[in-house]
Parts: sequence; C-alpha cells; structure tokens
Amino acid sequence: MDFISILSIFVLACFVGYYVVWSVTPALHTPLMAVTNAISSVIIVGALVAAAAAGSLASSWLGLVAVVMASINIFGGFAVTARMLAMYKKKQKS
Amino acid sequence: MEHAVLPAWALLAYLVSGVLFILALRGLSSPASSRRGNRFGMIGMGIAVLTTLATHVPTLAEGGPDTGAMVKILAAIGLGAVIGLTTARKIQMTAMPQLVAAFHSLVGMAAVLVGLAAYFNPGAFGILLLEGGINPDSRMEMGLGIAIGAITFSGSVIAFLKLNGNMGGKPIMLPGRHVLNLGTLVAILGLVAYFTQDEALWIIATITALSFIIGFLLIIPIGGADMPVVVSMLNSYSGWAAAAMGFTLHNTAMVITGALVGSSGAILSYIMCKAMNRSFISVIAGGFGAAPDAGGGEAKEQRPYKRGSAEDAAFLMKEAENVIIIPGYGMAVAQAQHVLREMGDLLKKEGVNVKYAIHPVAGRMPGHMNVLLAEANVPYDEVFELEDIQGEFSQCDVAFVIGANDVVNPAAKTDKSSPIYGMPVFDVDKAKTIMFIKRSMGGVGYSGVDNDVFYMDQTMMLLADAKKMVEDINKALQH
Repeated sequence: MDFISILSIFVLACFVGYYVVWSVTPALHTPLMAVTNAISSVIIVGALVAAAAAGSLASSWLGLVAVVMASINIFGGFAVTARMLAMYKKKQKS
Repeated sequence: MEHAVLPAWALLAYLVSGVLFILALRGLSSPASSRRGNRFGMIGMGIAVLTTLATHVPTLAEGGPDTGAMVKILAAIGLGAVIGLTTARKIQMTAMPQLVAAFHSLVGMAAVLVGLAAYFNPGAFGILLLEGGINPDSRMEMGLGIAIGAITFSGSVIAFLKLNGNMGGKPIMLPGRHVLNLGTLVAILGLVAYFTQDEALWIIATITALSFIIGFLLIIPIGGADMPVVVSMLNSYSGWAAAAMGFTLHNTAMVITGALVGSSGAILSYIMCKAMNRSFISVIAGGFGAAPDAGGGEAKEQRPYKRGSAEDAAFLMKEAENVIIIPGYGMAVAQAQHVLREMGDLLKKEGVNVKYAIHPVAGRMPGHMNVLLAEANVPYDEVFELEDIQGEFSQCDVAFVIGANDVVNPAAKTDKSSPIYGMPVFDVDKAKTIMFIKRSMGGVGYSGVDNDVFYMDQTMMLLADAKKMVEDINKALQH
C-alpha cells in the first residue's frame, strides 16, 4: 500500500474516532481509557513480525520483549474493562 | 521497493479487526451495549494476532518452520497474559488511574522496541529499498513512532509514580524548563528529519534517548490536580505511537486503532481541561496543584458556621423530598462509597428521591467516580453529570456534599481573583439545605481556596471522618 492510501485511512479513522468518542457517555470514560489502552496494543502485530523474522538476533529479542509488554496490556486491558463494565447496573424495579 | 507481500485475506482480516475496534468504542455509548462492545474489541484483537501469527511463521535458514522461535513467541504471549490477567483481577478501583498510566507506559515502550526492531531488521518489515538502505518515508515514520513511544513511556512512568504516591504530587519546577523542553523537542524533530537522509545508528539512538528525557521533563512540573489531563494526554500519545508504527508496517488495523485512541485521548484531555477551566497550554506548562501560598484566601477571619450532628442530618433528610449527593475524591479516600450507597437505600425506603451528581473532575481520571459508585452498587441511572442535574438544585431539599470541595465553591462563579474562577461548579447554594461533610474546618480543597458555602445560613457542617459520619447517619436513619 502506498503512503497516500494509508494516510487516507488514517485521516478518515481520525474523523470516525472523533464522532465515536463524543458519543461515549461520560459515565464510561474510565472504561473507555482502559479499552483504548487494550486496543492500542495492536502494536503487538509489529512485535510479532519482529519476533518471527530471521536475520537479526537483536531485532527478534526486541520483538519478543515487546510481545510480552503488549500482551500484558491486551489481556490486562480487556479484563479490567470487562470487570468495570460488569459493575454498571440499572435500578432494580421494586 | 521490496515489499513483504501479505495475502489478500490477511489484509482483509486486519481491516475487519480495525472495524471491530471502532465497534468496541461505539458500544461504550451506553452501559447496556458496552459489554458487547468489549467483546468486539477482544475478537478484533484475536483476529489481528492470529492473522499475524499465521502470515509470519518463523522459518529456519535451511528451510522448514523454526519451532524454537514459535515456542518463544507463544511463551511471550502467555507470560503477558498471566501478568495482565492477575493485575486486572487484583487491582482496586481506586487505583485505576495508576494502572492505566502503567499500561500506557507499556504501549509506549512496545512502540519504541518495535521501532528499533524495524531499524535492525528492515527486511522483515518490507521497508528495504531495492538499492539498499531503509526507505526514507519509513525512516521518518519510524523516528516519529519511536519518539512518541518514548515520550509516552517516560511520561507515563512519572504519572504512575505521582498517582501511586511514590513521588510527591507537588510540581517540580526546573529553572528555564520551557527553553530546555522546547530546545529538546526541536532537536528531536531535527534529528528525525536528518534521519531520513542518513540512517546511522547514533541518530536513532539519540532520538530515543532525548525522547525518554523529554517525556520525563514534560510531566514532572505538572501538579497532582492536573493528573486527569495528563493521563488522558498520554492515552492520546500511546495512540499516535501505534499509528506511526502502523504507517511503518502498512498495517490498517494499527493505523485505524492509533487514530481512534489518539482522538479519544485528545477529546478526554479537552473535556478535563474544560471541566477545570484550564487551558491545555497552561496544563502542559505545569505548576498547578502546588501547596497554597499566602493570599489564596486562607488568611481570612474566622467566620461563624453551623455545625450539625448525624442525628440532625438523618432527621432532615428523612423529611426531604429530593436529596442530591455530591461525592468527591475525599469520599473514595475515606472508603465511604459503600456506606454512602446504604444511606441512599435507606432514604429511598423512606420515599426520598435520591440522585448522585458527578463533576467531571470528581475522581483522579475521567469517569473515575462513576466506576467507584458502580462498584458500590449504585445504579447508573441514579448518577447524573453536571449539566444534566444543574437545574435541579432549586427543587432540591438537601444537597449532601461528601469529600468534594472545589466543585461546589461559588467563588468559581463570582470571584475573579480566585484560582478556580470560571470552573463549572454545582449550584448547591440553590438547595434548601446544604450538608457538608468535612474532617475539620482547617483544611481547604485541592486548589487551596476557602469556600463560602461553609458559612451560608442553610449550610450544616458535619465535621467528622466521612465514613464514620455516614455510618452514624445510617444508624440514626434506622431508628
């Protein structure tokens, strides 16, 4: 993919992000942060590419360490978000 | 240009996971849809990881799969999973800001490591030019990604230490820091530009080192009161770092996610700044949240105030029709959220209409107070944001302020000389009775400003530890 196509995706995604995030209810801003944390760890894709590639020992070890870090974030981020969201309950009809 | 060509299905899979991440955030528009949203996010991540694992199988030089490398990769994922899941299970909800800061630092560091890995093995990332050398476009993206990642890392570490109490919340002001910071930033950008011309190791190493230093320098002068903005800002940075790496890898999932997270953090910073009536620039410049110095209104003469007991408070609230509870972070510090919810339940049994009013900066990060109340089983449809409840104070019999101070200070509306002037505050002075729980008359709020609400005719000061006081009110209510 050339630079311009990827830039187009990026710019459009910024707009999507802008509108989607404004529609998030303020009550869920902490879970929003936790989940954005988890998804920004999609950087694990780069870490996996580096870890799997042959040719540079330094590169694959850097990749492996990054895999551990991103994976802490992915599992921790989604789990803590799920834990928080499970606490939000509606009023019980009495 | 040589390219690590991915099969079309893999490119589509990354697109699908990008879309699932958008849906994950979309789900957060209401608590009801949020859990499904979170599952979309997990599926999206699963797709991205599996696609990468399937398309980048480690191979031996002599051919065939490199099982050793595969085992190492899976072990790395497993190790992260164990650490992540244990932390997520154990963490206290009051410590959520620290946890988020710690997570940000990991994203930042991961971005730095991936950037460096791409530098050492450009062939694996498909960014080698045919005539040799790394593609200059990719060098710029890599340089920026490493710089933003390193700033995110060291900034988040400082934010973590401040939030966790390992480091004082007081701003640390270095002399001439604005010049120093600006100079360093310019140097980093200059080096990134130069890096596109010359791919020597010292350049990328210097960019990395300077960026670690600037992240540290940027956050140490920012005081405790501004931490909600800082955490949101670092959230944004971690997104931009991921996006920059996405450009290097030409990966749509990373670019989409980076843009989403980047905008999300930026919007949250904006909301927090507005809620404190602070400009983003002045937050970055730092210095707020320092110990109050003379002239901040503390040297005023002793003014008369009315003191009430738990029994008085219980009696008045029982007779009330509408009670609005305004919790602040002091409530969480006193661990009073559970007894407070019991108080709400007891009042509801008496036929009182109970609502909770939350200021955007009530906690230590955006939406923190909502989580703390949700944990104490307060139903979310009884919890209201500032603008949704502001009009109701005139029909409110009792405004019950617990652990909050600045967010009900009328000086923000009237006193132009006050440091919190212009900050949106609750109109508690319109309520028939104000009950104010406070440990003693001595201390002042985060901003160090005296509060006229203490001395109003309709105010009843309940001077005690918040948890103890609410427990006593609950006892009195049960009689």
